Amino acid sequence: MKREIVIIGGGPAGLAAALAAKEAGAKDVLILERDVRLGGILNQCIHNGFGLHTFKEELTGPEYAARFEEKVMETDAEVWLSTMVLSLSKDRVITAVSREKGLVTIEAGAVILAMGCRERSRGALNIPGFRPAGIYSAGTAQRLVNMEGQMPGHEVVILGSGDIGLIMARRMTLEGAKVKVVAELQPYSGGLKRNIVQCLDDYGIPLKLSHTVTEIRGKDRVTGVVISEVDDRLQPIPGTEEYYSCDTLLLSVGLIPENELSTGAGVELSRATNGPTVNERLMTSVPGVFACGNVLHVHDLVDYVSEEAAAAGRAAAEYIANGQPERSGGAEIPIAVGGGVRYTVPSAVDPAHMPELLTVRFRVGNIYKNVYTSVYFDGERVLHRKKQVMAPGEMEQVVLKRADLLGKNVGKITVTTEED
Amino acid sequence: MYDVAVIGAGVIGCAIARELTRYTGSVVVVEKGEDVCTGTSKANSAIVHGGFDAENGTMKAKMNVLGNRMMTRISEELDVPFRRNGAFVLCFQEEDRPALETLYERGVKNGLTDLSIVSGDEARKMEPNLSENVVAALWCPSSGIVCPFELTLGFAENAAKNGAEFRFLSGVTGVARGEDGFTLETESGEIRAKAVVNAAGVYADRIHDLLLPHDYTVTARRGEYCLCDKTVGGLVDRTIFQLPTKLGKGVLVTPTVHGNLLLGPTAEDTDDKEYTATTAFGLADLQKRAALSVKSLPTRQVITSFSGLRAHTDVDDFILREAAPGFFEAAGIESPGLTSAPVIGEMMAEKIAAALGLSKRADFDPIRKGVPHIYSLPEEERRAYIEKDPLYGSIVCRCETVSEGEIRDAIRRTPGATTLDGVKRRTRAGMGRCQAGFCSPRVMEILSRELGLPLSGIRKNTPASVLVYGKTK
Amino acid sequence: METRNLICINCPLGCPLTVTLENGEVVKVEGNTCKRGEIYAKKEVTAPTRTVTSTVRAIGGERPVVAVRTKTDVPKSKIFAVMEAINAAEIETPVRIGDVVIENVCGTGVDVVASASLQRAR
Repeated sequence: MKREIVIIGGGPAGLAAALAAKEAGAKDVLILERDVRLGGILNQCIHNGFGLHTFKEELTGPEYAARFEEKVMETDAEVWLSTMVLSLSKDRVITAVSREKGLVTIEAGAVILAMGCRERSRGALNIPGFRPAGIYSAGTAQRLVNMEGQMPGHEVVILGSGDIGLIMARRMTLEGAKVKVVAELQPYSGGLKRNIVQCLDDYGIPLKLSHTVTEIRGKDRVTGVVISEVDDRLQPIPGTEEYYSCDTLLLSVGLIPENELSTGAGVELSRATNGPTVNERLMTSVPGVFACGNVLHVHDLVDYVSEEAAAAGRAAAEYIANGQPERSGGAEIPIAVGGGVRYTVPSAVDPAHMPELLTVRFRVGNIYKNVYTSVYFDGERVLHRKKQVMAPGEMEQVVLKRADLLGKNVGKITVTTEED
Repeated sequence: MYDVAVIGAGVIGCAIARELTRYTGSVVVVEKGEDVCTGTSKANSAIVHGGFDAENGTMKAKMNVLGNRMMTRISEELDVPFRRNGAFVLCFQEEDRPALETLYERGVKNGLTDLSIVSGDEARKMEPNLSENVVAALWCPSSGIVCPFELTLGFAENAAKNGAEFRFLSGVTGVARGEDGFTLETESGEIRAKAVVNAAGVYADRIHDLLLPHDYTVTARRGEYCLCDKTVGGLVDRTIFQLPTKLGKGVLVTPTVHGNLLLGPTAEDTDDKEYTATTAFGLADLQKRAALSVKSLPTRQVITSFSGLRAHTDVDDFILREAAPGFFEAAGIESPGLTSAPVIGEMMAEKIAAALGLSKRADFDPIRKGVPHIYSLPEEERRAYIEKDPLYGSIVCRCETVSEGEIRDAIRRTPGATTLDGVKRRTRAGMGRCQAGFCSPRVMEILSRELGLPLSGIRKNTPASVLVYGKTK
Repeated sequence: METRNLICINCPLGCPLTVTLENGEVVKVEGNTCKRGEIYAKKEVTAPTRTVTSTVRAIGGERPVVAVRTKTDVPKSKIFAVMEAINAAEIETPVRIGDVVIENVCGTGVDVVASASLQRAR
């Protein structure tokens, strides 16, 4: 079958993309969602703190998802639930499967990648020791507690102080478990200050920075873990081992964009983000394939996911409507990074096709205090903004104006941090 | 009273049981674990060795060569993923070339006819990612890779199909000889049999000592491994060994039949027959050694690490014998044990049948079909499965594309999966890059429904490996 | 005179705040770099509040539990009392977002409401 816009993933990114595509006049929008309901990971994020930017109130995950879901349902966008996309080709042919529809092949006019991300597993960390039951990624534990109503453990150690880990420290405590310690490899936490105070400090849960799990004990079920301090090269320091008895180890050690479908279609990925490289329209290296949300780069606030996904939805609608040049090639200005900036999304801009105001999102690789964010057009500094603090856990952004770039013959844009 | 009780449901015990079902007579497999394939058979290099490594004249050499030849037929009969991908043994220094030649000659004496020594450049022409430091290599085209879970399951399911029974969670605590046979004391009650086969892996010496005076000691030789994501499974196409040097035995880099990349093993003797932990030193050491073989080792793509225990004996060869009248042993089956399993099964079954006076059955069915891996089938076959049963269209494990239908099938087989790991070994659900993060709650639900147990009754593997402790509310 | 040490939660800077109180009144906030820090410190030492989120048992639902929240913040000191009330509560399905599960929980004047919808089991 032929469809105009097919969105892979019905989480916050897919929902916002669908809504924006419909609002931009797209006639035919289809969302393919692998779960039994829309909303993606938000369904299990039952804590509050979502939507401050978008709705000016503090919603829980399911409440935030429901707002978008209701709006999508008011449009004629079609949703297929429990549908798994098996493959995507470079000419946008999607193979999907579901219990109801069986194997389906869809030729899409445009595809929006909105598959989200997965959690890094224990294996990726190479933590030595046994492989017992009781080691869960924080997200798996969150699903078990919040969706299935099951208690994954009573005495818990958490490795990694990303927001999901912090949130789960509080969730497990409220459900009656004892959270003994949160260990963080880095000398700083990747989580929000608010979560450190309200999820750990409120309950007297210690956070050990520059510490990691160096051994897992227990052959059947976890019986304890050894935690060691690490040096400035993040290597465990012999003699600092401390044993914690526990029946559960939760891991909150990073998120990885899920791009197996994308690579199958020949989409080029960025080594810095593990997501597709995209241009000003969030189009990947494969014409007509767009990306947004955590499959593009891992976000910390869902509000920004919605904003970014809406831009992808509009771009896809425009692509279908106008049959735009697929990628501008030589007309694209590359965005380079400097200083502490690790990457930018997008990584190239064609002034002819960018919106009037283009948000360029980026992350820094370390903690920086009282430094400037600067933007250069070739040698000319066009933005210079002081920030009291920048941290790897907080996404930053600059806004580029189309009027500043159009017809200026800029060869390179640089986003960088500077001491002065 | 059974005719034969086989102690141990690893690949050797299951192969013997399967071959025994070719004969008249009843067979029971007695296993201390909760499933087949829970010991050495589940954590090894998964290699079908060529047969150049074992010392001339040993049982290891003989069984290796014969087992390798049998593997094509066995893999077809039992529906086991197997590929003759060939193997290189790398030589990094000119001064080690004589050792490479020794290996070549040993292989020829063991009966191999396909060996050759190639230059470093020739090897790199076939395997472009081999290290520039390789000066020469032994090339063995008949070496292969196999799925060790499927091989063990194939033997077990085919044995069950032909009438063998399985008793799990039945560790043997006593063996006594009576007038008409043996009585096994097990954790799940007594079992009586005319003949007993000791295929207890790292515990074979303890089983032996329950009946007979101490004769040999099995030392658990621990090997640590790293498994890499399928995205880098194509780094090499052949199995890449290193020539043992004064610096150590070397480790292998190999693709698996499912397209992952496997690195390992280390070798360290341990007194603890249950010590399957990995160590920081071991994992680092193995990555360092594996890195010598290839230009760039994708250590960032490691998705899991594990360790297995080889059953090493002080005899330093396979022990395949009737140790006392009616008491048979297949002990000390370390590498190349997986390769040798088909022929060890055949040979031991023949011995036992002869001793008990069993004759061949006419109705033995050698064919076993595995759980269908729907998403590795051609599209038309896949479509047919899904049309027949829509549960094959409901994907549970996204990394390995495993459907609810396949998981249900794995649970309903004999012997069927009763645990998360049992499902994993039969279907690959949970074996992928997210390491069961997404699918384990779903697989637990399916197990709970199929087995009629609450979620708190579902285990990862052993009875003590509790996954969840009950309802929050 | 009494002093309390806090970490400001408004931004990643995480300023260490020192609050001086006299007879329960805040007389001085130090360590903050902006006005938001002062406002936070005053509230946090005099009347700290939190939103509590959890789940309650759902009767006849397609899942065994459904997400709930306190509609607004409740006093921090009441968190565990609120949790006890939540653990004892249950709700008939179907559930819609906003359905009241517990009125005026623990005398806080705040309702516990469903924060997710849940269908009946088929």
